[in-house]
Amino acid sequence: MKKTIALKVNGSARSAEVEPRTTLLEMVREQFGLTGAKLGCDLQVCGACTLLVDGKPVSACSVLAVDVDGAAVETIEGLSAKDRLHPLQEAFMQFGALQCGYCTSGFILTAKALLAECPRPTEQQIRDYLAGNFCRCGCYQEIVQAIKDVSDQGKAVRGNS
Amino acid sequence: MEPADIGKTFRRLDYETKVTGRAQYLADMSVPGMLHGKILRSSYPHARIARIDGSKAEKFPGVVAVLTREDILHEQGIEPFYGPVFKDQTIVATEKVRHVGDPVAAVAALTADIAEAALKLIDVDYEELPAVLNVGDALKTNPTLVHETVRIPESGFADLTELKPIDGTNICTHFRLKRGDIDKGFAQADHIFEDIFTLPATQHSFLETHACIASVEPGGRITVWATTQNPFVVRTQLANIFKVPVSKVRVVVPYLGGGYGGKVYPKVEPITVALARKAGGPVRVVLSREEVFYTITKHAAVIRMKTGVKKDGTLIARECEIHLDTGAYAEIGPRVAKKSGYTAAGPYKIPNLKIDSYSIYTNKPPAGAFRGFGVSQSAWAVESQMDIIAAALNRDPVELRKQNGYDEGDKFVTEETLRAVGLKECIDQVAKSIGWDTDRIKAPKLKEPAVSADRLRRGKGIACMIKATITPSISCAVVKLNEDASLSIYTGTVEMGQGSETVLAQIAGKELGIPLQKIQVLGVDTDVVPYDLTTSSSRSTFHMGKAVQLAAQDILRQLKQTAAKEYNVPEEKISVAEGKIRLPEAQLDYAQVMFKRFGMQGGTLVGEGQVKTSTQDEFGDKSTSAFWFLAAGAAEVEVDVDTGKLKLVKYASAVDVGKALNPLGCRQQLNGAAITGMGQALFEEIAYDNGQLINPNLIDYVLPSLGDMPAMIESIAVEVPDRNGPYGAKGIGESALIPVAPAIANAIYDAVGVRIKDLPLKAEKIYLALADKK
Repeated sequence: MKKTIALKVNGSARSAEVEPRTTLLEMVREQFGLTGAKLGCDLQVCGACTLLVDGKPVSACSVLAVDVDGAAVETIEGLSAKDRLHPLQEAFMQFGALQCGYCTSGFILTAKALLAECPRPTEQQIRDYLAGNFCRCGCYQEIVQAIKDVSDQGKAVRGNS
Repeated sequence: MEPADIGKTFRRLDYETKVTGRAQYLADMSVPGMLHGKILRSSYPHARIARIDGSKAEKFPGVVAVLTREDILHEQGIEPFYGPVFKDQTIVATEKVRHVGDPVAAVAALTADIAEAALKLIDVDYEELPAVLNVGDALKTNPTLVHETVRIPESGFADLTELKPIDGTNICTHFRLKRGDIDKGFAQADHIFEDIFTLPATQHSFLETHACIASVEPGGRITVWATTQNPFVVRTQLANIFKVPVSKVRVVVPYLGGGYGGKVYPKVEPITVALARKAGGPVRVVLSREEVFYTITKHAAVIRMKTGVKKDGTLIARECEIHLDTGAYAEIGPRVAKKSGYTAAGPYKIPNLKIDSYSIYTNKPPAGAFRGFGVSQSAWAVESQMDIIAAALNRDPVELRKQNGYDEGDKFVTEETLRAVGLKECIDQVAKSIGWDTDRIKAPKLKEPAVSADRLRRGKGIACMIKATITPSISCAVVKLNEDASLSIYTGTVEMGQGSETVLAQIAGKELGIPLQKIQVLGVDTDVVPYDLTTSSSRSTFHMGKAVQLAAQDILRQLKQTAAKEYNVPEEKISVAEGKIRLPEAQLDYAQVMFKRFGMQGGTLVGEGQVKTSTQDEFGDKSTSAFWFLAAGAAEVEVDVDTGKLKLVKYASAVDVGKALNPLGCRQQLNGAAITGMGQALFEEIAYDNGQLINPNLIDYVLPSLGDMPAMIESIAVEVPDRNGPYGAKGIGESALIPVAPAIANAIYDAVGVRIKDLPLKAEKIYLALADKK
């Protein structure tokens, strides 16, 4: 039996008809066509499917769509506005914090949540917060550098406004 | 706009689409009318299929096609047997299943859920057979046979023609290498070392699983969108299986979410095409994480290494037997075994050798290419034993390596001359990076007592390696100069994260003086781009980079000829610099020359470049590798003597890259390879229980995360230019991975005096070894 839910996706009001077992990731990818979040492990450990729900990072492969009824969901597609990229997107490119790109949306969204919680994290805090995202190409050092750069310059705060 | 250049970091061309989430990977794509395919897989490691019946599944609402062995064995249009080296694979099992996860049947349906549900309605009667669970089982006398017979294709890879399966055994191939006189060599030795080293199967674990969309037109024309590193090999294999010319097979490759060797040769493509053919409509198959573990793995290995050494530390003789578990199908295992054999002497001058390297069939998922291709197996033994020798002779491990290591002009084990050999500089660089104390051996072994607590001990270790690239091979490139002097580059090189698009654009842009902003590197489509053998073996910058360079030079030649003709100036008086054609009296933009040539705003100049390497170099010398990879790695570790817990404090890699064309991209590849090596060294391991793969998921199969990273990873590019690489560049994708495991094992020995000979280097092994020592 399908259920209709209403939510905000990247700031816009949306509604969707979903099965009770439909995951947030399936809904976002298949119904809204937002394919930036990827299915990696399907077990909530790799972080490739990370989305922000009311600002908190979740593994969308393991969250039911019906559980985000009324919530605000943010995806990588909502981060850039036309020609203006988010400072984290700029920094990831500048520092070479990605190779194949499959994990990238998950890393950037998780980093955004970190900087919202803690605008000037220590290197150890960055490492701890992002330890639930895998980058199999091995860009960890560059990812930490990129996030540090954004936080050091207070760019994240500006990017949020 | 800044002109393109080499030796300079440019923002990668694939970045903006990737950071914005716009990049389309295969599982993001669909085509109109697309069906969804699912695969029924064996739950037995070895069984005969007595009966299979898909009729109930066919009647399930929403099911469009069910594929079983009947569809491939009795179908005129299908050759059932395929494989890159031997034809030992079938699209679905025909007579037997040979490993857990072996495809048995497949369903195409309106939705993936329906296809999945219908799989349960396929009736299969299995007669279980004894299973060959490891190489020990496989090599017993009168063993159970994984393959009773193996079909050899009429034509195969030129470098593998001498390798054949041995009838009546599970030996897939046996590669032999002999040099000098092994008995005399050992007779001259003052010390003989004999050790057995082992390492487990692992999995590439790209975050993007294998996937394919296939469409077959009524006339037989096949289109596949594939997650493959070698589209032209997939094209050939599909053409052979479905009995059509290669021109009737189109392979399109989007960006890959990682490859690392696990996406070379056909994987999910043949079964997807067979399903689409039967269903009469396009079908998409996206493998689950679990299925990836059944599709391809890295070879587990058992390596027996016996080495004779003279009093002064000179390596004089080595006998080595390598058993590589290639699983149920040969895949590219025969070449992996050959490359392991070639590198069993490591990067060292050893005059007397007897090497036997086997790929061996077992009832496990197939093993194939994995970043490091056979060398990460051999180097684990070579570099661990090197430190065993150093300790016994009371020699500094760095000095012992440099004493025996290759220099420019030395002969490789194949008796060919090595050129552009930056080995010793790599060793020096990593030693310096981790603060290697060259006096450490002369001074008594006084360990730093503690960092924070008394039970923590620190140690340092080093390792190095030599590796070859696939030879012979072919790369062709086409570069088009458009009417506005912008450039389009057509190649078969797959962008899987390594940064090939950017480096190829830098090369073409440098040759023609065109900024990167005006260059487009097209995606791979075998209908459009010229032939390339494969994006693997760290070969693309060297081979395709050179092909693109030649194609760009071809354009320059045409521009000069046009200018000479149209402006009536002798060609030798025309020069080209910074994107301009310079005549004695004038300076012209490319667009002006194009306009002159075509008489209006329009037209295209097409430049072509071809690179083919052969088993003979330009001096007539034997050449088993178009260029050589040399690298070293060094680790500093901290070991808890009470628990065996290991912490990586620092890791340094130095790789002879020839020339770093894009320094940041180069560092990314080196860092990334080292991190993959850390996973392989510290915890990655596929676990089996009676032939059942028990950890096919990313919870139980552990990947390295930021939490496992040392505080510092340093990657150093050593530049000893290769005479044939573009601007001297060599391949760099694999080198930094290979020394990691032995460097860490050597550091553990240095820290606490225990030698672990079996990967991964888990705390429990260190703990037990420490307990044994007490």
